Amino acid sequence: MDTITITDITKRYGDLVAVDKVSLAIKKGEIFGLLGPNGAGKTTLLMMLSTLLKPTSGTAVVNGFDVEKQPAKVRGSIGMVFQDPSSDDILTGYENLKLHALMYDVPSALIDKKIDAVLALVEMKDRKKDLVREYSGGMRRRMEIARGLLHEPRILFLDEPTIGLDPQTREHIWEYIEALAKEMGMTIILTTHYMEEAEKLCDRIAIIDHGKIVALDTPKNLTHALGGDVVVLKGKDLRIDDIRKLPFVKKVETSNRTVRLTVEDAAKHLQELLRVAGDVDSVESRSPDLNDVFLHTTGREIREEEGGELERMRTFTNAKSR
Amino acid sequence: MNIRKVAKGIYALWYRELKVFTREKSRIISSIFMPLFWYVIFGGGVGTIATVPGNYQHFIFPGFLAMTIIFTALFNGAYVVWDKRIDFLKEVLVTPLSRTTIFVGKALGGLTDALLQACILLVIGAFFGIPYTVASVLLTLFMLVILGIGLVSLGLIIGAFMERPEGFGLVSSFAVYPLFLLSGALYPIDSLPGWLKVFTYADPATYAVDAMRHVLIGVSSMPFATDVAVVLGFDVVLILVGTWAFNRMKL
Repeated sequence: MDTITITDITKRYGDLVAVDKVSLAIKKGEIFGLLGPNGAGKTTLLMMLSTLLKPTSGTAVVNGFDVEKQPAKVRGSIGMVFQDPSSDDILTGYENLKLHALMYDVPSALIDKKIDAVLALVEMKDRKKDLVREYSGGMRRRMEIARGLLHEPRILFLDEPTIGLDPQTREHIWEYIEALAKEMGMTIILTTHYMEEAEKLCDRIAIIDHGKIVALDTPKNLTHALGGDVVVLKGKDLRIDDIRKLPFVKKVETSNRTVRLTVEDAAKHLQELLRVAGDVDSVESRSPDLNDVFLHTTGREIREEEGGELERMRTFTNAKSR
Repeated sequence: MNIRKVAKGIYALWYRELKVFTREKSRIISSIFMPLFWYVIFGGGVGTIATVPGNYQHFIFPGFLAMTIIFTALFNGAYVVWDKRIDFLKEVLVTPLSRTTIFVGKALGGLTDALLQACILLVIGAFFGIPYTVASVLLTLFMLVILGIGLVSLGLIIGAFMERPEGFGLVSSFAVYPLFLLSGALYPIDSLPGWLKVFTYADPATYAVDAMRHVLIGVSSMPFATDVAVVLGFDVVLILVGTWAFNRMKL
């Protein structure tokens, strides 16, 4: 059963097309990833699905409600964890959650119990009485994920859930997300520009670039579709024309002194390949990952701009001096 | 529309404004001391040369009550821009609450802040010998409430349109000071030159100051009923514009 149906949704800002005629169907209970570089249109798409932005054209139906005709119903049935911190840091974690519970009409008698339950899930219960400004970035993100769950939404949107977090916290958050989908049967839609995150967490992935979906499948199928393993050769005078003639070589991309090949069953054919290739300085052979899929579908690599993002968040916090 | 949901939403936003308000001591202190400095220093100094009906410091006291409301109410609205900045506004806008509910909740929160501060000044007024009666205090509070409703709405309208916190300074130069200085807080408006009188009559705070002066020290330029009617009219217009502004507000 589809829990979100998106039809030709488009968002324009003047001449810029941020999301370009995207159509998608997301199934109940799946973890669905929108993978793409910064500025690809992932966040814009989430903003339209959560009714914070009006589509220029096209429609989306979320939990059976139309985003334009029944926006309040859509908002009541979803949970949202934004990319940037969206809690009030002069309030405690508990106060932020209570505020959220009131706004979502969680029955008053259950509010405290539910707050404890969601905080326990992200292991933040012991910090609930502390001001959010005393939290680390990871703690704040965990608290905000807990907040997104408080009203028991059927769909949870996570916009770059682990951006700017250290690897340990990142893995922790992955565990929470997996547990939510498995144990609570929640549908989770997350955006990310981390290949690893998409590969590890998502049942299905849509690769999005320049506002368009360029590939959509399970991580396994996406990599299988490349048709073989990745072999990267480095050397001065590689015999590229001879390599191209080999029947098991599917694709050849050259840059400088590096040749990147898609090779059917590399383990079996590597020897022969090296015999033909000429003077090879180094060779790397591996199974393809999503990075290769992205490179294949867009001709570019996803650049990870973690540093920039973090820095922006810090300036933010400093600028805020009330 | 479910009334319980709306009421809970309004309560939530009010609760947050109040929590933030009580934690930001600097905000409270500055908004009490600024009017107080003006009152004591400016009032004390000018009082030696000014000729107004009665004691000058008593004469300008209603003006300083209005000043507190003007400052607190307008800056409360400008804090909406902070909420945009820290993305807290997104968290509020993504809830099922309607924009109108959010506007009302924020307005009530701001109004509460402004009234709490005005009450502190009212208490201080007793030490300056303002001749309070139960009726005059109640009527003054009434005027402060209805002035506050309109000004808090005005603040929220400004906040809804402003994109960057740098606009705070602009708000004070182009809204706060004209509202205060034109209100007749510091001088009687009857003897003003015609061009200045026009602006004075366009300032809703003028009517609130006049009404409070009427009930507190028995001096006024206009009938009490006129004052109340004008301020209430100002409230209706600004509430309408405010809900409209919130409904079209973009992130």
